[in-house]
Amino acid sequence: MSAGAPSIGGGVRYVGARVIDGVSEVGRVSLMMWDIIKSLGRLPSGRLIFEQMDRIGVGSLGLVVVISLFTGAVAAVQAAYQFSTVVPLRFLGSVILRSVIIELGPVLTALVVGGRVGAAIAAELGSMKVTEQIDAMRAMGVNPVRYLIIPRLIAATIMLPVMTVFSDAIAIFGGFIVAILTLGMTPPAYVNSLKDFFYMKDLVSGLIKAVFFGGFIGTMGCFYGFRTEGGAEGVGNATTRAVVASCVLVLISDYLLANVLFRIIFTDPH
Amino acid sequence: MISIKGLRKRLGTRNVLDGVDLEIRTGESVVVLGPSGTGKSVLLKHIIGLMRPDAGSIEIDGEELVGLRESEMNVIRRRFGMLFQGAALFDSMNVGENVALALREHTDMAESDIQKRVTERLEWVGLKNIEAMRPSSLSGGMRKRVGLARAIAMDPQFILYDEPTTGLDPIMADVIDQLIRSLQKRMNVTSVVVTHDLRSAFKVGDRLAMLLDGHIVAEGTPDEMQTSKDPVVRQFMEGTSEGPIQPI
Repeated sequence: MSAGAPSIGGGVRYVGARVIDGVSEVGRVSLMMWDIIKSLGRLPSGRLIFEQMDRIGVGSLGLVVVISLFTGAVAAVQAAYQFSTVVPLRFLGSVILRSVIIELGPVLTALVVGGRVGAAIAAELGSMKVTEQIDAMRAMGVNPVRYLIIPRLIAATIMLPVMTVFSDAIAIFGGFIVAILTLGMTPPAYVNSLKDFFYMKDLVSGLIKAVFFGGFIGTMGCFYGFRTEGGAEGVGNATTRAVVASCVLVLISDYLLANVLFRIIFTDPH
Repeated sequence: MISIKGLRKRLGTRNVLDGVDLEIRTGESVVVLGPSGTGKSVLLKHIIGLMRPDAGSIEIDGEELVGLRESEMNVIRRRFGMLFQGAALFDSMNVGENVALALREHTDMAESDIQKRVTERLEWVGLKNIEAMRPSSLSGGMRKRVGLARAIAMDPQFILYDEPTTGLDPIMADVIDQLIRSLQKRMNVTSVVVTHDLRSAFKVGDRLAMLLDGHIVAEGTPDEMQTSKDPVVRQFMEGTSEGPIQPI
């Protein structure tokens, strides 16, 4: 009994400390968001935003193409296996289409871009922090939130839906390749199957999710980048935290957004 | 004039600044000396508002800085230039863009005038035709000089130097010291130099102030400091490990 007491106390302290850390982190993110809102009075130059859009979007395109192509291909194989003798194969395109544009496209793009871009933003800003570049900017009277954070946040929020549209199209094409080459479907049958069950609200809901995911990825990269302390180790920690936080937020918000979108806004399934 | 009174700052469990009083008159060059880790850079960052004190006052020409909002502080900062210890050049920009940043952000100058100003300030620090170079391709001395050109781009009234000669060879350190002196005469600026490099301190300082244990323990002209009988000053001037100053 007496031997167990300290470990229970230690466990409670550990959980308590983690809860306090978590709440503090939410508070600090909120303060950064408040700084962002205050800085929106004067937007950064378009050049800064376009530079970031290029780095986030164009830079991630190759990765998104590969991931999406194989996601669509796997979706086709899995769907065909699960249909077996229960569902006719002519519905294959519909299943791939809806699963891709509602869920797989936005979420997988966000996870891939979140890993790549969230890490890149946190590492770049973290390096700037530890080498006093952010202090130097402040010392010059230049607002680093306006100059560094807002362009990245805007670029991530715009480019995630754009990347998701690419991802959706490529994944559907991946499914098409597998359906034609290995499952014996004809191209017209696959295309008709896509047309029969395409609903604009599915695409819109996927893109709305992508907007939020882009915002979370940009926010987490900037937040952990700006909070970097120490040298190379600090930059490494910031990068890891930004990626983990981005991915967790994407998955949690995916559930919450699914509830809002499909139970409150788009209640009619057709 | 910069007037610092009763400045206190606690970092973690240590009172890094514990009641600093220091006055820097207009046009004067004051060197803040002290062993590593005594809070010299922290003091400098308070003067330009990069850190906020726990208590005390900092006045610039009679205007109180403590308690100002960040947006108000940004206006004050335009009267300052600061050279950081590692130069803190922006990696994502070339040399010309580094020097031009404050001009582009805070003035309505035409691009051609900005380019002229950038070239002029780079020439003042002895650098020519390097506008297109990236900071990563510069030597340590060149980085410091570009940092200095960036600090003086906006014609500041005050220039703050954080360890300007640290990490440089003695010849380049002398070049930087001479630049600090020549810029002070040319621009009639008020300079605050933080260093533990005694040779540099005697070259650039009109007045030296020694920071130890969170406050200024000695102050005077270079001659007065050199002939001081204060054991703390003597130990630092002689550079011995034995004496009242305990290494951190």
